[in-house]
Amino acid sequence: MCLAIPGKILEIEQPYATVDIDGVKRRVHVGVIEEACVGEYVLVHAGFAISRINREEAELTIAEIEKIREVLRA
Amino acid sequence: MPDTPTVLRSFRDRKLVASLSDLIRRTSKREIRIMEICGGHTHAIHRFGLPDLLPPTIKLISGPGCPVCVTPASYIDGIIAACVEGGATIVTFGDLIRVPGSELSLESARARGGNIRIIYSPLDAVEIASKTDKETILLALGFETTAPAIAVAVKEAAQKGLDNFHIASALKLMPPAMTALAEMEDCRIDGFICPGHVSAIIGWEPYQPLVDRFGLACAVSGFEPLDIMESILGIVRQVEERKPCVFNQYDRVVTGRGNERALDTIHEVFSIGPGHWRGLGDIGESGLYLKERYSEFDASSVIPVRAGRPRQDISGCICPEILTGKADPSQCVLFSHKCRPDNPVGACMVSREGTCYIWHKYNIV
Repeated sequence: MCLAIPGKILEIEQPYATVDIDGVKRRVHVGVIEEACVGEYVLVHAGFAISRINREEAELTIAEIEKIREVLRA
Repeated sequence: MPDTPTVLRSFRDRKLVASLSDLIRRTSKREIRIMEICGGHTHAIHRFGLPDLLPPTIKLISGPGCPVCVTPASYIDGIIAACVEGGATIVTFGDLIRVPGSELSLESARARGGNIRIIYSPLDAVEIASKTDKETILLALGFETTAPAIAVAVKEAAQKGLDNFHIASALKLMPPAMTALAEMEDCRIDGFICPGHVSAIIGWEPYQPLVDRFGLACAVSGFEPLDIMESILGIVRQVEERKPCVFNQYDRVVTGRGNERALDTIHEVFSIGPGHWRGLGDIGESGLYLKERYSEFDASSVIPVRAGRPRQDISGCICPEILTGKADPSQCVLFSHKCRPDNPVGACMVSREGTCYIWHKYNIV
């Protein structure tokens, strides 16, 4: 329905950016997300960045699930 | 500190997925029906074999979250007429090309000389139109995830002053469809796995009325196995403890109010009106229409896309029931026999996110 793939911003020239998606460099429109920076990861759908990816939240989610695992193994 | 790809890869960690499976088994007592709305979730669920990790108390049902599947045959018929008879160039995302209209599909129309181009981004359509004086029609299908991109393409066409570029909008909004499903008596659902990338645009707050009005458990989910299993665990807990809420599992991407810049872009170009859904019928306030200021780009001024009542769907096909979770592909007499990916009868067998396509691909029956 709405496939979107993570990619890393290599270069920005508003409203476009060069984004590395699994090793392929693509020209992506970044005009409909808040200011993103080089080095950040974004979700790309139909040639557009639709969201930034919050790495800290990702790490928190993983940490919570690891705690579940430890409790279950205790 | 691990880099982002390393963190993202851990959302496929087998040991963590197994732990969540174990905890779901311990937690789930009552029989519940969970609808995953998005075709992308349906695909991920079966691709990663998640049903085998769930207890028998949990039944996963696919919903109408595939824009190709919910597009009425009459829309396709109008486009084909514009292409084959009107000589327009049709520009579309790849999935739509095999959707059957009442007689032809775009693919068979192409074989009869229709000029049909497949694109990756809506901006490619503007590029195509700017290099020709031929009528160019972009098939604007999708949900809130795709709508900002279509809106930007329309604004770019306006900036370029193109008069040969039009969009045939069948863009749809997901929350009204979820409400319509919740209101259906014979569509008993205990919880929704809410669409992750629609929510990247609209946020998770628009699902709150589903909790308040219907007491439905909700989880906004990412698309990795860990995301989906954690979302199912969240729904099971809500149901067992009788405390429905909107659990935002995909919080690395989704916020409460969503992507406000994208929403502003949508509402600058589109207004909201009735939506025509295959399987669900007409749902108020669930379709996007070009505003007066951009109405010159509306393809219905060029072709009668919505002429007349939608033609009767192809006989024997139960896509409408499958799209609303009332039936699954195993109950369709055409499934995997007359209706196969190489010869799709119903729309749910065409798109890679269609329930029947996924059941056929992963041999679920």
